[in-house]
Amino acid sequence: MFWNVTRALLDGLLTTFQIFLFTLLFSLPFGLVLAFGSMSRWRLPRYLIQVLVWIIRGTPLMLQLIIIFYGPGLWLGHNIWSGNESGRITATVVAFSINYACYFSVIFRGGIEGVPAGQREAGEVLGMTKSQIFFRITLLQMVKRVVPPLSNEVITLVKDTSLARMIAAYELTFAGYSFMKSNGLTWPLFYTGVFYLVFVGVLTLLFNYIERKLDYFR
Amino acid sequence: MAILEVRNIEKRFDNTKVLDNVSFSLEEGNALAIIGSSGSGKTTLLRCLNFLETPDGGSISVRGETLFDASMPRWEQEKGLRTKRLHFGMVFQSFNLFPQYTALENVMLSEKLLAKEQPDFKQHKKEIYARIEAHGEALLRQMGLAERMTHYPHQLSGGQQQRVAIARALALQPDILCFDEPTSALDPELTGEVLKVIRALADRKTTMIIVTHEMAFARDVSDQLIFMDEGVIVEQGVPRQVIDNPQEERTKQFLTRYAQG
Repeated sequence: MFWNVTRALLDGLLTTFQIFLFTLLFSLPFGLVLAFGSMSRWRLPRYLIQVLVWIIRGTPLMLQLIIIFYGPGLWLGHNIWSGNESGRITATVVAFSINYACYFSVIFRGGIEGVPAGQREAGEVLGMTKSQIFFRITLLQMVKRVVPPLSNEVITLVKDTSLARMIAAYELTFAGYSFMKSNGLTWPLFYTGVFYLVFVGVLTLLFNYIERKLDYFR
Repeated sequence: MAILEVRNIEKRFDNTKVLDNVSFSLEEGNALAIIGSSGSGKTTLLRCLNFLETPDGGSISVRGETLFDASMPRWEQEKGLRTKRLHFGMVFQSFNLFPQYTALENVMLSEKLLAKEQPDFKQHKKEIYARIEAHGEALLRQMGLAERMTHYPHQLSGGQQQRVAIARALALQPDILCFDEPTSALDPELTGEVLKVIRALADRKTTMIIVTHEMAFARDVSDQLIFMDEGVIVEQGVPRQVIDNPQEERTKQFLTRYAQG
């Protein structure tokens, strides 16, 4: 039985990991774009992004997931997500990416605005272009500032992946829960917890490593 | 001919005039000191010269070339802005070194980036970088920082950081080097080493504009002195004359207040 559970949980972990990885892959750059948009000199993108962030942060992720998964099918008459497991994962990644990009954008904006104006000015008087200033000067200082708040969000993301169960994606929590439903076993639930703990533990080590790596400057 | 001609510069922030009809010229190889109380517009003037602020009126020309004229259309003002900026170097009050780079990397960064824009960069990359590195090292040695090249800014004292910033500003060989209160953020015992470096630059006939509160230093080092108050030039002339024998009432008051500390 133990091996059966382990195999099932590893299966679920794979889905969890996919959701986690692809969400980060899309939401980090998208979040940066939103951050720039929210600091734009034009009013329109600023307001649009403010409204988007308000809506996304102001409503439950679970609700967003349900709307994104079932909405298109009901509005368009046909489901844009294929009915199999990969369709569910894709829908989850889309919902999560939008949600996390909004949170990240706020963190990034804080990180960029936290870099003193004098840094940009020093680059300007040295004849650097805007993109040189961003990539050569601002970016790394921003990264250093955003690592701690970002690590919080990323760890939350690990556990938020369990919401995919709502649309019947077979992720880790779903896998553990299924043994309780079918066999009345509770220990797989604790075992599932251990999987999350290890996952988050590895991430914590990774973030500590990054923080140490960036410790060489202040 | 003067290397720098500044004519009738005006600058407003909202409705307050911070610079009003500021005109002066500077000869090549001369050092100009600007004194005045805080809020008199000295820093804003330097920031206008470095295009960190856009003046609302007036013109700036270097070696006869008009870099800025308020009557130019906006696109013409901004055209070639990066190249125009390179006529001026800037040393900030708060150093503004890039924290993630070593002293040497700080000095070399802009030169390396500019070299990349040269058409023959790819073929000669190695030689070009070697030359830039030699140049950067020479500048830091000149600043007395031979032992500090691979240090990061946070590992350096304020005086050392400011000397790195001076080397960084010199790297692109600007026509005119501007100092914005270069010692105001330093502990008193560290101002000496920075002033010494600036003095050495003056001895080598570097064209400079120095905004400073160090009155004795301004008198000794500069060839020309401007006293500003409330956005206007109240008095300008030979440093000794202005400081030891001011003609204007406002200059007298300022110097008296200053002497009393």
